[in-house]
Amino acid sequence: MSTGFHVVVLGSLVPDLLQTLEPVQGPSGPALKNELMLPAVLDPWAAHALFEAAHVAAATPGSKVWLVSLGPKAKLQQLMMSIAQKVPFELVAVDGSASGFTDPVDVAEALAGAIEKIPSLDRSRLLLFGGCASASRDAGVTVQLVGERLGITDQFLAADELTVSAEGVLTVLERVEGGRYLVSEVAGPPCAIAWATGNLPEPPNNPQVGMMNMRTIMPALQKAPAIQFASQGTVFQSVELPKQERRTRIVRDVPLDEMAREIADWIKG
Amino acid sequence: MTIETILYLAHAEDDGSLGRSALEALTGAKELHRQLAGATFTVGLIGGDVAAAATAVSGCGADKSYAISGPDFAVSRYASDAAALEAICRASGATVVVAPATSRFNRVMPGVAQRLGGRIDTHVGGFSVTGAELRIQRGYYRQRMIATLTRAARPWFLTLDGGVFSTWEGAAAAMQFESLGVAVGDELHRTRVVGYQAPQANAQTIRPDAKLLFVAGVGWTKKQSDGQVHLDDAAKTIMGFVDKAGASLGSSKSLVDQSSEGHNVFSFMSHLNQVGQTGSTPRHPKGLSTCCHGEEPHVVGWRFIGERRAINLDTNCGWAQGKADVLYVADAFELVRKVTELL
Repeated sequence: MSTGFHVVVLGSLVPDLLQTLEPVQGPSGPALKNELMLPAVLDPWAAHALFEAAHVAAATPGSKVWLVSLGPKAKLQQLMMSIAQKVPFELVAVDGSASGFTDPVDVAEALAGAIEKIPSLDRSRLLLFGGCASASRDAGVTVQLVGERLGITDQFLAADELTVSAEGVLTVLERVEGGRYLVSEVAGPPCAIAWATGNLPEPPNNPQVGMMNMRTIMPALQKAPAIQFASQGTVFQSVELPKQERRTRIVRDVPLDEMAREIADWIKG
Repeated sequence: MTIETILYLAHAEDDGSLGRSALEALTGAKELHRQLAGATFTVGLIGGDVAAAATAVSGCGADKSYAISGPDFAVSRYASDAAALEAICRASGATVVVAPATSRFNRVMPGVAQRLGGRIDTHVGGFSVTGAELRIQRGYYRQRMIATLTRAARPWFLTLDGGVFSTWEGAAAAMQFESLGVAVGDELHRTRVVGYQAPQANAQTIRPDAKLLFVAGVGWTKKQSDGQVHLDDAAKTIMGFVDKAGASLGSSKSLVDQSSEGHNVFSFMSHLNQVGQTGSTPRHPKGLSTCCHGEEPHVVGWRFIGERRAINLDTNCGWAQGKADVLYVADAFELVRKVTELL
């Protein structure tokens, strides 16, 4: 009997979080100004999911990690240059828009279709990982939608910890209201876990891992199927930057007691 | 013109009551019902025992009400929740589903939308009705831009963020709930909910109901004017203030990252406290930021903070300027201690 997990991580690129973003109206709906020129990073929560996947795979012999990524092929190639040295994985690329304005249902259909075509994937051993939300659409729904399409009915959102017992029982800690965790146990795979930050630091670059990954990355990019999304009755009336500029009053060269009194009165008021 | 059927969904809390966010979502759903001419209004509840929750919503004037209760639905579990909510949605024939953005519904609602062939928008921060067209507002790119959009597809699932609407306070009235039966077989019991666990922290510092959010930045861990780092002093000052003010504690990413990278920082601080791009964007009436010099706490983490004040040593801090109402240029150690004494 085969052992180990088949971990599929959903994750794509988002504009570098320090970039200033400006919405524009494109031919097929809203987009970002100079979107293809913006430096991109792996979505932060998806990155945590990838690191957790590698951690689980390393601790469970016979496991394997796939990264299923939807984005413009050229941008994905750039992205892989920055993450290929982090952890071992096999890329499954889908050539399409990584915009936050695409519909998650359509995205989930494309991702689930790509997962179903992975030839050596054993769905009975599947752990579907992803971020608990993206830094683009910020909806927190894609993992669940893909999970449903794959028939996975054990799902977890905003997980920070996964432990696997000797008997194969998975224990998941999910963030819930009030800074608490909900602790759940699931008998084993398949299950879907949308990760929050987890507890693992970013792995250091390992050139050997990078060389191993690059052997599969370039072929995966070359054979990435192209996907076009249609708006299907969704109309964006407007997309604009929030108007939150405030007139800041500077308080300096004032005795500390006076400042403290003002703050205390404000808090009590 | 399409006549909408609005379904308001909520789950009972562990004590059987409805949570604040559920009552706020009810206000939102009622407002939507008021604006959408001719729409019917339906309520659906799930939980272990929904009697108290049913009483709480009984005065909302629903045309029809459904409930699914029992031990299988007392806990937050994707499989059983999805089965229950799917049954209510199908029974109601809902075209617009409104639900609170609780952790339980955030997890399950996308799957229900998928099962019903619908579309879903989460973290909805407002809506309007133009003619018969429902338009919603939600943030994209971590609230760095706000979109107004409409969808033709139905059913359309909307989860409403907390703090957008006031809590529902209608008087109780007679209301008949139709109880729906959902079979929960072994395949829906693969997940066993063990219980709750507090994070590794000496005290509960995340208080969603607090009037004030206190954000601590990485400046607390830097060398002070005497050239030394004062971590213990900083910890005492921060926790002293948070406890006295009854504030919720937030943190910048750079501060909590230090902890995950193995540095000796604050034991009471974890990633759960983080606000900003990869953290939370909590809603509080007031926010006080201290020793923060970055975009995340001031721009993203403060998106839903009403009155904002900041304390730091840089008069020209580009992130506080234009984001805070008042910027106090002072040593946070001394000033926060003095404020604590006055509270």
